[in-house]
Amino acid sequence: MSPRMNPISTGSDWSFELLERYEAAIAECAAEFGLDTYANQVEVITSEQMLDAYASTGLPVGYPHWSHGKAFIANERAYRKGWQGLAYEIVINSDPCIAYLMEENSMTMQALVIAHASFGHNSFFKGNYLFRQWTQASGIVDYLVFARNYVMDCEERYGVAAVEEVLDSCHALMDYGVSRYRRAAPLSLAREKARGVERREQARLRYNELWRTLPAAHAAPAASAPEEFPLEPEENILYFVEKYSPKLAPWQREIVRIVRKLAQYFYPQAHTKVMNEGWATFWHYTLINRLHEKGLVTDGFMLEFLQSHTNVVSQHGFDEPGYAGLNPYALGFAMMQDIRRICERPNEEDRRWFPDIAGGDWLLVLDFAMRNFKDESFIAQYLSPRLMRDFHLFAVADHEAKTRLEVDAIHNDEGYARLRSVLAAQYRLDQRLPDVQVASYARDGNRSLLLRHQAQRGRPLIEDEAGEVLKHLARLWGFTVTLQRADADGRVESVQACTM
Amino acid sequence: MLQIVDRRLNGRNKSAVNRERFLRRYKERIREAVKDMIGERSITDMDKGGEVNIPARDVSEPSFRHGRGGDSETVHPGNREFVRGDTIPRPSGGSGGAGRRPGTGDAVDDFVFSLSREEFLNIFFDDLELPRLARSVMGQIEQRKWTRAGFVSTGAPCNLSVVRTLRTALARRIALSGSVAEHSREAQERLEQARLERRPDEELAAIEAEIVILESRRLHVPFLDELDLRYRNVAGVPQPVARAAMFCLMDVSASMDEARKDLAKRFFALLYLFLTRKYERVELIFIRHTDDAEEVDEQTFFHDTRSGGTVVLSALELAHRVVEERFPCAQWNLYFAQASDGDAFGSDAGRSARFLEQNLLPLARHFAYIETSDAGDARASSLWAGYQTVAKAHFAMRRVAQRADIYPVLRELFSRQAA
Repeated sequence: MSPRMNPISTGSDWSFELLERYEAAIAECAAEFGLDTYANQVEVITSEQMLDAYASTGLPVGYPHWSHGKAFIANERAYRKGWQGLAYEIVINSDPCIAYLMEENSMTMQALVIAHASFGHNSFFKGNYLFRQWTQASGIVDYLVFARNYVMDCEERYGVAAVEEVLDSCHALMDYGVSRYRRAAPLSLAREKARGVERREQARLRYNELWRTLPAAHAAPAASAPEEFPLEPEENILYFVEKYSPKLAPWQREIVRIVRKLAQYFYPQAHTKVMNEGWATFWHYTLINRLHEKGLVTDGFMLEFLQSHTNVVSQHGFDEPGYAGLNPYALGFAMMQDIRRICERPNEEDRRWFPDIAGGDWLLVLDFAMRNFKDESFIAQYLSPRLMRDFHLFAVADHEAKTRLEVDAIHNDEGYARLRSVLAAQYRLDQRLPDVQVASYARDGNRSLLLRHQAQRGRPLIEDEAGEVLKHLARLWGFTVTLQRADADGRVESVQACTM
Repeated sequence: MLQIVDRRLNGRNKSAVNRERFLRRYKERIREAVKDMIGERSITDMDKGGEVNIPARDVSEPSFRHGRGGDSETVHPGNREFVRGDTIPRPSGGSGGAGRRPGTGDAVDDFVFSLSREEFLNIFFDDLELPRLARSVMGQIEQRKWTRAGFVSTGAPCNLSVVRTLRTALARRIALSGSVAEHSREAQERLEQARLERRPDEELAAIEAEIVILESRRLHVPFLDELDLRYRNVAGVPQPVARAAMFCLMDVSASMDEARKDLAKRFFALLYLFLTRKYERVELIFIRHTDDAEEVDEQTFFHDTRSGGTVVLSALELAHRVVEERFPCAQWNLYFAQASDGDAFGSDAGRSARFLEQNLLPLARHFAYIETSDAGDARASSLWAGYQTVAKAHFAMRRVAQRADIYPVLRELFSRQAA
């Protein structure tokens, strides 16, 4: 208990003035820890509006589509029946960073949400390399407004049904509308010219009159097989559709682009679930505790805060009811706390496993981890044996050849490394998504498109669903679309086609 | 720097459009579900909203996903007893030990959601139409609604339109004094000219006198005249009658058992619901009959038992009397729904049919006769045979044998193309 108590507020009611004072106090604490954030914007909404926000995947503006209605209906029902509480907050990766607060929350919850979203998530959005590379915080809201208006314009001009068809097809391929690596920027005209000059100069220097005396080669091989296109397989199917689809009208292309851009916007979030939530949870915990140390919040406030916090980071065991996999909040928070512990109070085991960070400055170490990792690499790098013991982690192998599942590794000395790599792989998005890429496009032939599914460790696609997706792709493409399944050695196993 | 925006007041129903899109897309399925729902409901909550189940498979959005099979490892928390090398039987069913969440792999779960009352009724009565609705708009009209109808020159002072009045006054003043003013100006010029030319004084005096007369005439044009007054006008515009009276006629003789009454009740309820959507006000009149007819309240109508013979004509006559006393057909849209098992004795059937055709049908918007027959009983009843001679566009009769028939019959009677 702090020697001098000077709480900002005592009741559970919140007001706009209190929100401001809490934010200022938290901002002061955040500055002590050196958190770097975008400016904050807090929007107070009702629970109904929260449901609306859910339906548009948390975005403030969304184009109209029935699937959003479906999500809305499902969430609303679950909420009304009391099966599901609402998230306390939604935060948008934008500049200024927009966080939604629900009006029903108590003052404690509002403070928690401000610390969690407006400082935790906010600094993660600003710092993490994936977000820096793939999202533009300052432009996203404008782009969403543009997308919504564009889609609605198209609906007016071409009919709701026509637009819905395109959107349906794009949504089916949304997971495949993401670029994992940045495309090389197109050369500027000046650069291109300079390169041409360089090339000609090279040719001039190497010119030798002697070569002209050689007899002409045999006539060029007659009409060789049509040129392979694309030269390299293309992982971003929607990109390929947008650029090369033989039949799409310009407005349809733009809609494909809109869906693709949104998919790309969400791409970093899918890769950093554990880190992002862990980071935000760690900071709301640290910041609110700091407020308490300073005597700015009461003990009652802390009790309510701790109760919510504990709910958020609770982890069920695999055999308990309500188990739904590892809780990213729990795992992320525990890892962040653990890194701090390793820095502040390392033991012998930590020194062996983490020689480079044990005993270091925890602020610097955490900041480095936040900036330069995604879930997969973060876990591979920082999951400590102690945490594996605390969570009682164990890996189960499910191999097709065996009739029974087998425990592959547990939290003991032999298992730590294996466990860690399995868990890291589990968060690898590429492992969760089947690897389907555009293999070739018969540009000079019948214009058909060939996709190839490279099976990973013999895991098959769900066939009828893949068939449905193919139909959607064929609608966008306008010509026959074929899906090849290849095994690990690249041999084609089966073929599924959708002809137009 | 914190920026706080209070969004509680704006954009409350952002997802309404998405919800509506969803309903439109799955309209067929939802209509099916609504139809099933009707069969299970009692009359009193017929018009409530309801929960609709759609198989999740039908609303799913496809994507490339991994199926079962192949090799994989998954990490779970909470180990207590396992050590490396332990084997576990492969769990059967949808979700596997491969870490897929229980329930997510389940394709048979229904997608359940609730329809509001409004949405429910919309789907329920979608593409049903009241026959001969046109007549109520153009036929004899008693009700009038007062609306603005321009301006008139007579009226009560309270209706005086000041702006209009002053505008007319201004126009009148310009019109009346325009030529006088011109003459006056002309005279002025002549006077100037005469003075320059040093004309004799008499001539000048004459022109001056002329000017005085003209000026005084100009001043005599009044600022406001009786002629200028304009009054706001209100006129009665004929309005179609927005109320209906629905007569429920039912045979409660011994041969009408509970099951048959239930069928009749369902039909009445649906018709009532349908009418309430078309008219602002719907009055219900319940007439039951055995060998003589009486007007009763709803409770008695459906639940009180009474037995006796059957004289259909008595009910028709009573209905006719009620119409003449309380529901003049110029002011009410009259609908009749009759339910009976069709047993009529002797000349009753023929006389009823004649009475119906001559006295009731000319008054009615629609007359529906439902015969509750036993399933498989193909023999035409005596009343059915009698009514078959009635040939009018707004008279319809159908046979109903079981609950599920009711809704289709209603649809058939009021389907849009029949209108």
